Amino acid sequence: MAPALLEVDGLTKRFGGFTALNGVSLDVTPGERFGLIGPNGSGKTTLINCVSGALPADGGRIRFEGRDITAVPAHRRTRLGIVRSFQIPKPFTSMTVAQNLAIPLEYAAGARSDGADVAAEAMEILRTIGLESKAHTRPAGLTQIEMRKLELARAMAAKPKLLISDEAMAGLSSAEIDDILAILFRLNERGITIIMIEHIMRAVMRFSERIVVLDAGERIAEGTPDAIVRNPVVEKAYLGE
Amino acid sequence: MARSTRTLLVGLAVVGAGILLAALRVNPYVYFAGYVILQYVVMATAWNILGGYAGYVNFGTPAFFALGAYTAVFLIQSTRAPLPVLILAGGLVSGLLGLGIGYLTLRLRGVFFSIATLALSIVLQTMIINWEYVGGSRGLSVIRPSGPPFGSYVTFLFAVMVLLSVMAVTVARFIERSWVGRGLAALRDNEEAAECMGVPTLRLKLFATTVSGVLLGVAGAPFPYYVTFVEPTSAFNLDYAVNALAMPMIGGTTSWVGPVIGAVLLGTAQQLATVTISSEMNLFIVGVVLVAFVVLAPEGIVGLVRRVRGR
Repeated sequence: MAPALLEVDGLTKRFGGFTALNGVSLDVTPGERFGLIGPNGSGKTTLINCVSGALPADGGRIRFEGRDITAVPAHRRTRLGIVRSFQIPKPFTSMTVAQNLAIPLEYAAGARSDGADVAAEAMEILRTIGLESKAHTRPAGLTQIEMRKLELARAMAAKPKLLISDEAMAGLSSAEIDDILAILFRLNERGITIIMIEHIMRAVMRFSERIVVLDAGERIAEGTPDAIVRNPVVEKAYLGE
Repeated sequence: MARSTRTLLVGLAVVGAGILLAALRVNPYVYFAGYVILQYVVMATAWNILGGYAGYVNFGTPAFFALGAYTAVFLIQSTRAPLPVLILAGGLVSGLLGLGIGYLTLRLRGVFFSIATLALSIVLQTMIINWEYVGGSRGLSVIRPSGPPFGSYVTFLFAVMVLLSVMAVTVARFIERSWVGRGLAALRDNEEAAECMGVPTLRLKLFATTVSGVLLGVAGAPFPYYVTFVEPTSAFNLDYAVNALAMPMIGGTTSWVGPVIGAVLLGTAQQLATVTISSEMNLFIVGVVLVAFVVLAPEGIVGLVRRVRGR
């Protein structure tokens, strides 16, 4: 097995007396399409917040490309290549769509030359994601699907090695889900490792090569989509006995 | 390159015009009122670097301004230091306070940050009231140095304020157009998303609070020589907090021109009202105009102009 891109080792996170993550470990290998599922409140988003650096971990270690990043601040993890999209889109509302992309291009991908280069690159990314016609509108004028695409486009502009997609498809129609899935497949083909957190089983099962299941802050299963579907422990976590 | 040369030329031209006006020795009231308006140009510009660019609303403007003024009082009392030294020291001390306030942004956002800065102003005022060396609650008379250029000291201070205004506006304009300004705009829109997109939010916030503090201190440092009698109630006047916030809001917070327009319009209106109607009218004017703008033109005059041009 190839050396892991991301290693999470015994990660623990508490909010007061509530343990949101209890010694969770997982490895993600380079180029992998990795699915992270679990019932509501199982700790998926908390795990992502700890990996991206938005929340400090209370225990355990996180390594990226072999380097311990447990104490590295969030913006520097982004520069290292861990980029996330948000479940509820958080665009920069005072800027146009293209300017939204200029921020990560400049700050995360190291394109310090302002002006033409950044603008051209932003347009290039918008073209691959199918948002170029909206480049000069502000996020307030976007539809829900366009907003999700902006979230992904902005993440791409940060030049990720590992893209964490946090419920990018919630609330979208079936055709729109296919649209987003196609984008994620294309990104993966370009060599970007992707962690997908999703409630829409059809999407995760189709997309992921390997899935880890969380329940109540603990890791309860790991395997290929087929194995996960047949796993009685997973069934119990989702449906009860 | 040509652009920055032009900026430099415009800045020099404004300073030159200010010095020329000072040398003309027109009615002394012009310099007296002009000083106050220019002081507000510096304060509104300084406030806007933190409040407008980064979105952290500072209600503690009087604390930074008065700290600059009292640093000057302390140095006048102890060493009779020359004006440039007073301005540098005032800026330095208020800048340090700004840096301290910056660390507050780690835990306090939105209205909670504003309340904390307001409290800071009250705490600082209490400390000054109990410090006899700089006059305590009774205040202190300051004797102006003799033999100023342009014949009168107020005229000289007017020319100094022209220079400081140009400097403050240049700093604000530079920040706005640099990668720092774009990062500040990102964190103003959404701090969490900005951090996740690689923006070092804490470092940028510390930068903004420090620069804003320096400029407010710089605005306050010549104040003792202007009024010649410094006492805490006037130095920590809440009017400064209201004006420094209202002027950028009226002019427009996203561009360096906004605070300048707001300060000139509102500052002039206040000076006129003080002379022609009553000294109490000026805050009333601020209140009415501010409410009108928040309701009708939330992006200020700059926003209005952009909207009209856009069509």
